[in-house]
Amino acid sequence: MLTKQRGPGGPAPSRYGNEETPVHVHGFLTEKLSLNLDKSVTTSATCGSSVTYGTSAPSESAVGEPGGCEGRRGLPRSLGWPPCSMTQSVVVQGKLRVEGGTPLARSQAASFATNVRSVSFLSLFLSLIAVGQCGNQIGCCFWDLALREHAAVNQKGIYDEAISSFFRNVDTRVVGDGGSISKGKICSLKARAVLIDMEEGVVNEILQGPLRDVFDTKQLITDISGSGNNWAVGHRVFGNLYQEQILEKLRKSAEHCDCLQCFFIIHSMGGGTGSGLGTFLLKVLEDEFPEVYRLVTSVYPSGEDDVITSPYNSILAMKELNEHADCVLPIDNQSLFDIISKIDLMVNSGKLGTTIKPKSLVTSSAGASKKRQEKPFDAMNNIVANLLLNLTSSARFEGSLNMDLNEISMNLVPFPQLHYLVSSLTPLYTLADVNIPPRRLDQMFSDAFSKHHQLIQADPKHNLYLACALMVRGNVQISDLRRNIERLKPSLQFVSWNQEGWKTSLCSVPPVGHSYSLLALANNTCVKPTFVELRERFMRLYKKKAHLHHYLQIEGMEESCFTEAVSSLSALIQEYNQLDATKSMPVEDLPRLSIAV
Amino acid sequence: MSIVTLQLGQCGNQIGFEVFDALFSDSHCPQRLCSKRENEAYQASCKERFFSEEENGVPIARAVLVDMEPKVINQTLLKAAQSGRWKYGQHSGFCQKQGSGNNWAYGYSVHGPRHEEPILNLIQKEAEKCDSLSGFFIIMSMAGGTGSGLGAFVTQNLQDQYSSSLKMNQIIWPYGTGEVIVQNYNSILTLSHLYRSSDALLVHENDAVHKICAKLMNIKHISFSDINQVLAHQLGSVFQPTYSAEGSFHYRRNPLGDLMENLVPHPEFKMLGVRNIPQMSENSLAYSTFTWAGLLKHLRQMLISNAKMEEGIDWQVRPPLSGLPTLGKTSLNKELHFNTSIANLLILRGKDVHSADLGGFKDPALYTSWLAPDNAFNVWKTQRAFSKYEKSAALVSNSQFLVKPLDVIVGKAWNMFASKAYIHQYTKFGIEEEDFLDSFTLLEQVVASYRNL
Repeated sequence: MLTKQRGPGGPAPSRYGNEETPVHVHGFLTEKLSLNLDKSVTTSATCGSSVTYGTSAPSESAVGEPGGCEGRRGLPRSLGWPPCSMTQSVVVQGKLRVEGGTPLARSQAASFATNVRSVSFLSLFLSLIAVGQCGNQIGCCFWDLALREHAAVNQKGIYDEAISSFFRNVDTRVVGDGGSISKGKICSLKARAVLIDMEEGVVNEILQGPLRDVFDTKQLITDISGSGNNWAVGHRVFGNLYQEQILEKLRKSAEHCDCLQCFFIIHSMGGGTGSGLGTFLLKVLEDEFPEVYRLVTSVYPSGEDDVITSPYNSILAMKELNEHADCVLPIDNQSLFDIISKIDLMVNSGKLGTTIKPKSLVTSSAGASKKRQEKPFDAMNNIVANLLLNLTSSARFEGSLNMDLNEISMNLVPFPQLHYLVSSLTPLYTLADVNIPPRRLDQMFSDAFSKHHQLIQADPKHNLYLACALMVRGNVQISDLRRNIERLKPSLQFVSWNQEGWKTSLCSVPPVGHSYSLLALANNTCVKPTFVELRERFMRLYKKKAHLHHYLQIEGMEESCFTEAVSSLSALIQEYNQLDATKSMPVEDLPRLSIAV
Repeated sequence: MSIVTLQLGQCGNQIGFEVFDALFSDSHCPQRLCSKRENEAYQASCKERFFSEEENGVPIARAVLVDMEPKVINQTLLKAAQSGRWKYGQHSGFCQKQGSGNNWAYGYSVHGPRHEEPILNLIQKEAEKCDSLSGFFIIMSMAGGTGSGLGAFVTQNLQDQYSSSLKMNQIIWPYGTGEVIVQNYNSILTLSHLYRSSDALLVHENDAVHKICAKLMNIKHISFSDINQVLAHQLGSVFQPTYSAEGSFHYRRNPLGDLMENLVPHPEFKMLGVRNIPQMSENSLAYSTFTWAGLLKHLRQMLISNAKMEEGIDWQVRPPLSGLPTLGKTSLNKELHFNTSIANLLILRGKDVHSADLGGFKDPALYTSWLAPDNAFNVWKTQRAFSKYEKSAALVSNSQFLVKPLDVIVGKAWNMFASKAYIHQYTKFGIEEEDFLDSFTLLEQVVASYRNL
C-alpha cells in the first residue's frame, strides 16, 4: 500500500541502512502504523508521496510537494506521516460521525458531548481505556494523533521507550498473551487501552474503522442497552454488573505495563454512562491501584444542553470526582466550539494572510477549513485529544526540563480537594514558517492566559491563582520561558503563600507540524462560576423534584445521595470563596521560628 | 587520589556530563603556556582524579549515574559515547521507570530504601576501581524530587558506609521562581539533611549563572546546556590540578581533602561558593588582555560586595576598619553590604602566576575574628592555563554569600507551611510536619550563625 503511495521518492535509501534493509523497515512500519491509510488512498495532493519512515533526509521528504513544503524544510522529520494520516483521519471521521455532514447548531454541539465519554488510561507505559460514546470518539482522535506523532518522531521504526508509553509491540503470529516484544522493530502496535461503552454503536464503528488493528477484543467491554442519560444506571446498575469484568481487563492491561503511572479517564458529566460508570471506575481504580494517579478529563455540559437530566448527572458525578480523582481537567463544549469558530473566522477573513497549515493542531484531522466547518465535533474532539498528547509529551519524549505525569498533581494540587485545573492550548494555529520571530513566541504565552483560549468558560487572569504550570514543546529555551513569566507575572494574581507558583517543563519534540506549543494548566478560582452555575441548574430541577423518580427507582439510590452530592459541591465552592476572600489582603511574611544564639 | 562523582536526577546528570567534558577537553588540549613535561603531569593528575582507563584507551569517567526515569541517563550515556573522546562505564548507570514527581518525600522515603542496594553496589564498584579514594562528589539539584530526595538519602548512606571518605555535594540552587512549585519545601528538606551528612555543600545558583550567560557570555537564547557549561567551567577551574606547594612542580594529590581542610574549619559552616574571573565569550576574549593585579582587584571586590560576576560590582563596599569596634553606621553598612568570609581559597592558573600579589586577600578585616588570616586564606597555583584563558582565577569561599538566598527560601517555605499547603503530598510518603519543623529549626540556626559572623 504504502510503497505505491511513496511515488517519486520511491523506496528512498535509508540512513540506517547498514543494520537492516530499509525496505524491510518500511514494510514493518507501514503495515501497522499505516493501518488507517489503507482506507484513504483516494486522497489529497498534500498527502502525496512522501512517507519518510526510515528515511530522514529533508530533500527526500519534500519530494512530494515541493512548493508547499518549502517553508517546512527545517522540520523534515515531521513531513512524511501527517499528510497521509490526515486523510486517514478524515475517514475516521466519516465513519464515526453519526450526524454526517449536516451543519450543526450550537445546541447540537452541546448535546454531542454529553453522550460521549471515554475512560482512557495511561501508564508510563501509557495505556488507555475508553468508555462510552464521547470517550471513545475523543479516544479515537487521540489514538490517531498519537500514532502519527510517534510515526513522525520515530523515523527508524524501532520500538522505543517513547512509543512504549502508549503502545505495546505485539507479534501477532503468537497466539495468546505471549506475543509482547519489548525491543527491536515495530511489529504490530496495540494501544494500551480498554474501551467501555454501554451501547455498541461507537465501539463497533471503531472496530470496523481504520483504527481497528490497534485494539483487540480483549480490550472491549460493551452492553446493548445504554444508560439512558441516567447517572444511577451507569454508576449503580452497570457498575455492579461489570465491576469484575472491568477489573479483569484493567489488570490485564496493567500487567502489560512495566510501570503503570497514571490512568487517564475521559468522560462527559451530563450523560449516563460516562458520568455514572466513568466515576464508578474512579473508585474501583482507587481501591485496586492506590499508587497510580487518576487524571480525569471531564466534559461539562453547557447551559443549553439538551439532556434534561444533565444537572443531576453532573452533580452526582462531581461528588465522585471530588473524592476519588487526583486531578480533573474540566472542559466545556461551548469553549471548544468558540475556539473552533474563532479560528474559522480568522481563516475565512483572510486575516492571517495565508491558509492554516494543514497539519496543525485543530486541523489535524480535517483536511481543509471547509470540511472543518461541517464537522465541528471532530475539531473539538481533536482539541481534547491534543490536550492529552501535550500533557504526556514531556513524560514520553526527551527535553531539557522533563515533567513526569505525577509532577502535575504534586505541583498543582496544594490541597487534596482543590484539584480542578483549567487548561489552555496555544497556539491554536501556526503559519507555515519555521523561524519564528520572538514577538510571536511571546504571543503564545500571552494567549495562554486570555479567557478566549481556555478550554472551559473561565477567566484566570481576573481570578486568583493557586498554582500554574507551563508545559512547552519544541524550539523554546529556558530564557524564553523566564522572560515570559517575568512579563506576565504582574498581570496575574497569586495566592499569598504561593507567589512564585510556577511549574515549567521543556520538551524538545514539538507537536507534528508545529515549531512549538504551550499547554498551560492553572489551579485557579476561576473554575468556581462553572460549579456555581451547575448548582443553580441542579437546584432548579431538584426543587420541583423533576425526573427524580427515574433515579430513585434504582437500587441503592436515595434522596440523600442528591443532598450529599450538592453539599459536597457547596463545600468545594466554599473553599474557593475563602481563597477569593484573601485576594485583596496584602501579602505578609509570617513570624519565623526564632533561634537562641 | 581519585574522586568518584555521583550524578543524581536530571539536573545532576546533565551537569555531570558537562563537567567531565570540560575536564577532558581542558586537559587534552595542546600545551597551554607550559612545558610538555608539565602538561603531561597535569593530564596524568587530572586523569587520576576523574578518569580510569580501559584496554582500548578511551578514558572512562569515574562516575555513577542515577535517575529514576530512563530518558536523561540514556541521553547522557549516548552523548558521552558519541564524543568518542571519553565515555561512561558500561554499567555505571542506574535508572527506573518512574520519576519522583518533584516530591522529596518520594525520592527520600520510597526510591531511596527501595533502590539502596543496587545504587550502593554501583558506587562500591566505582570506588574499588580507585587506587586510593579521596572522596565523593555528588551533583544534584535541590528543587526536584530525585536529585534532592534520593540525593539526601544516598549521601546519608555514604556517610555511614564510607565515613572516612569526604563527601562534597554540588547543589544546584533553583531559580527564584518558575521551576518547581514545591521547590522551597524540597530545598529546606535537602539542605537540612545534607547539613547533617555531608562535609561541604558547594552551591551554584541558577539565577546567578543565568545572569553570567546573559551578561558575560552574551548568549541571547539561553538554554540549560549553556548554563551547565558555565557551571562546568567553574567546577573545572576548581578541580583541575594545581601545584602542591609554592615553587614545586608536583601536583596536589588530595584535592577534596585539601579543599575541606582549607575551607571548612567548623561543622556549623559548610556552605561554599565559587567566583570566577575572567568569564567571557570567545569573541570578546580575542580583544582582551589581563593583568593579575586587575583580575585580583576585581575578584576581591566581587568577594566583599558579594557579586557573582565582574559586571555590576558595587565598588562602594569597603571592609570595616580593622581594630575599631563595629558600631553605628559601620555595622549597619556591614550588615547591608559587606560579605564577611570564614575562609577563602584562591586558585590561580596561567602565565606569570608567581608574580601575582595576594595582599588584598590577606587583610584580616575580610575574615571573622575567630580564625587567623593565615589559616583563613590559601592559594593554589599552576602555570598551566585553564580552558581558553591565558590567566584565570577562581575563588572558593566560605562566606555570608548564601545568607540572603537561604533566608528567602526558608521564609517562603515557612509561609507555605503555615497555610499547610502541599503538606499532604509529603505525609503521604512518611515525611511529617515534625520533619519540616526540624528542618526549619536547623536552617534558621544556619542562617543565624552565618549572619552573626
